[in-house]
Amino acid sequence: MTGAKAGASASVLTEKKEKTSLGAKLLNAPYLLWSAVFIVVPILMVVFYAFSETVGYYEISFTAGGREYVCELPAAEDLTLEGAKEQAAAQAGVSLADATFTHASLEYRSGGFTLANLKEVWSPASRRAMLLSFLYSLAATAISLVIAYPFAYALSRSGAKSQRIQMLLIMLPMWMNMLVRTYSWQQILENNGVINKALAFLGLGPATMLGTSGAVILGMVYNYLPYMILPIYTVMSKIDVSLLEAADDLGCNWLQKLWRLILPLSVPGIISGLIMVFVPSISTFYISQKMSNGMIKLVGDLIESKIKDQWAGGGLNVGAAMSLVLMVIILVCTFVMNRFSDDDGGGMVV
Amino acid sequence: MERFIELRGVSKIYDGERVLDNIDLAIHDKEFVTLLGPSGCGKTTTLRIIAGFVRPDEGSLYFNGQDVSEVPPYKRPVNTVFQRYALFPHLNVFENVAFALRLRGTPENEVQRRVREMLELVRLENYAKRGIAKLSGGQQQRVAIARALISGPKCLLLDEPLAALDAKLRKDMQAELRRLQRETGITFIFVTHDQEEALSMSDTVVVMANGRIQQIGSPTDIYNEPQNAFVADFIGESNILDGVMPADRRCRFARTNFECLDAGFAPNEPVDIVIRPEDVDVVAPEKGMLRGTVTAVTFKGVHYEIIVDIDNFKWMIQSTDYVGVGENIGLYIEPDAIHVMKKSEFSGLFGDYSSFSDEMDEENGETEPSADGEAEN
Repeated sequence: MTGAKAGASASVLTEKKEKTSLGAKLLNAPYLLWSAVFIVVPILMVVFYAFSETVGYYEISFTAGGREYVCELPAAEDLTLEGAKEQAAAQAGVSLADATFTHASLEYRSGGFTLANLKEVWSPASRRAMLLSFLYSLAATAISLVIAYPFAYALSRSGAKSQRIQMLLIMLPMWMNMLVRTYSWQQILENNGVINKALAFLGLGPATMLGTSGAVILGMVYNYLPYMILPIYTVMSKIDVSLLEAADDLGCNWLQKLWRLILPLSVPGIISGLIMVFVPSISTFYISQKMSNGMIKLVGDLIESKIKDQWAGGGLNVGAAMSLVLMVIILVCTFVMNRFSDDDGGGMVV
Repeated sequence: MERFIELRGVSKIYDGERVLDNIDLAIHDKEFVTLLGPSGCGKTTTLRIIAGFVRPDEGSLYFNGQDVSEVPPYKRPVNTVFQRYALFPHLNVFENVAFALRLRGTPENEVQRRVREMLELVRLENYAKRGIAKLSGGQQQRVAIARALISGPKCLLLDEPLAALDAKLRKDMQAELRRLQRETGITFIFVTHDQEEALSMSDTVVVMANGRIQQIGSPTDIYNEPQNAFVADFIGESNILDGVMPADRRCRFARTNFECLDAGFAPNEPVDIVIRPEDVDVVAPEKGMLRGTVTAVTFKGVHYEIIVDIDNFKWMIQSTDYVGVGENIGLYIEPDAIHVMKKSEFSGLFGDYSSFSDEMDEENGETEPSADGEAEN
C-alpha cells in the first residue's frame, strides 16, 4: 500500500522535473551550443590529433611529350624534392631532361591511428618538463595558499570600506594583461634590472634571479594569487558572525576559533583556490619562458614549441598528445582535491 | 533571592544615538526574566552586554557584586542561545553540544556522558549523529540550548529564540523552556517582542522602549498596573484616554465623571486613563455611562471585537454578545476597571483605535475624516 503510494508520488515528481527541465533546456540552448562549438569540438580535435599520425608526401606534376603526369610520392628523410622529381620522372619512364615540372611540393595530411605520439610524451625531455611543471605549480599553489589565507581572513574581518579598497588593490593588477605583468617582472629581475641596481648601490653583488626556479614560481604566484584570495575570502565573509560569537561564548581563544571553526568552514574556498591556481600554473608557458629566459622548459613550453613546428615531424600530433595527458593529470588532481571538500559543492570548480 | 546580575547606569551609544540610556536592572538567582519591547528598544543590546559581546559605554555590570564589565564572554558564568541558533554547520548534533567540552580537553568518557545527559535533557537522545542541516527548527533550537547549557552556566541568555518557529511549535517550546529552567535551576534571561510569550513564561517582565526600562514587574503587575501609556498599549489591548483626577477615587474622562480605586494624585492632575477592552460591559444606551455608535465588529472566536465611536474617540470593546455595525450602545465601566497613570512621554501616542487596521482606516476615512486627525495629536 505504502509502496504504491510512494511510486505514485515518485512519478508525480519526475513529471514535474521533466516540465522544468524542458524550460531549462530551452534556456540552456545557447549555452549548450556555445560549449559544443568552443569546448567539445576543440577537445575532440585534440583527441583526434593525439591519436593520429601525420603523413608527408611529395606532390609532383609535370608535362613530357605533350602528356601531363601527376604523381604522389611518400616523403622520406633521405628523399629531397629534387630526388623526388627524378623518381617521378623515372616512374613515368620519362627522362628528366624531357620533363617540364609545373608543380612540386612537400605536403602533409593526417594519416591513420597511432600511439606513437603518446610514446613521444613519455620521452625523457617531456617527462622532465611534466615533472618540473607539476613541482613548480605545486610550490606556487602552496605559497599562494600560505599568503592568501591570512590575507583573506584579515580582509573578511576588516570594515566594509577597507574591504572595498583592498579588493580594488587585489583586482587592479588583473586589469592589466598578464603578458605585460610578467614582462614587467622580467625587467625587474634582470641582471641590470631595478633590484640588481639597488643591490649594486648598496655594494652587493649582482644576483642572478632570472632563469631560476624561484623566478618562475614567483611569476606563477604573482599572477594567480588573486584566484586564491577571492574564493577563500568569499567563503570566509559568508561565515555568520553569530557563529564566531557562539565560539567566543563557548570559550574559544582565537587559535581554537581558527582551527575548529573558520578553517573547516572555509575548506570549499580553499579547494577552489587550490584548483584555480594549480591548473593555470601547471599549463603555463609564457611565465616560464619570460621568467627563465627560456632556460626552464615546462610542459606548456614543450607543447608550444611542438605545435609551432606544425606538421613537420608530426609536431601538432605530439603537442596534442601532451595536452591530452596534461588534461588528464589536471582532471585527476582536481578530482582528488574535490574529494577533500565533503561539502555540497558550494565552492567547487569543474 | 540575592541579586545575581546587576546593571548600574548602563548606556550604549551607536553613531551618536543612545540605544541604551541609563539602565538599572537587578536580576535575581533562579529567575525567569524576560526583556520585552519592540524592535530597537535596546533589549538585545542589554542581553549582549550581559553576555559580553558588547561593552557598555557608561555604567557597569556586576555578577554577584563583582564588576565584570571587562571580563570576556567565555569567562562569564553565562551562555547564549542565539537568535538563529548559530549552530556549527560542519559538526553533527553531538559535536555541537560537545564543543565547549572539547575546547577544554575534557576526557572522552566524560564528554560522552555529559553530552548524552544534555541531549536527554532537551529530548534529542536519538539525534546525536544527525547533521545540523537535517534538523527541524525546533530541534535546532534544542541543540542550541544543550550546547549553551553543557558548560554549566549560572545563567542562560536567550535572544528571541522562538522568533523563527511557527505558532504551534512556539507554544511547545515555551513550555519546554519553562521546564528546562525548572530542571536546571538557573537564571534564564529571555528576549522577545512577543508580549504573550513574555506574560506566559516569565517570573519577571522588563518592558523596554526607546533604550529605557519602562516597567519591571510580574506579568500580572505589568498587565493590571501599567505605569505609562506605552506599557498599557504594548501589553494587551488598551483604551487610553486623557483624563483628570478631581479628587482621590474620582476621575473624569470622556466628559463624564467616574468612580475609581486610584488615589494619591494632585487635585485636578491630568492623567492617562487605561481601560482594558474586556473590562467594559455593553449595555442598552439608556443604562450606559457612555454612549456611542458601533463602527466595526470583528468575530475573534471567543469574543467579538467591537469598535465604538464616542465623541470621535474609538474604543475597543471585547464582548461575547453580538452587536451590529451602526447600532447605538451604552458602555458600563466598574470602578476597578479603571486604571489611572501619570502622564508620560508616551501620553497621547497610544490607545485610540481610529487607525487600528487598514480596513477600518478606509471606513473612517470616508465617513469621519476628523477621527484620524485627532489620533495623530
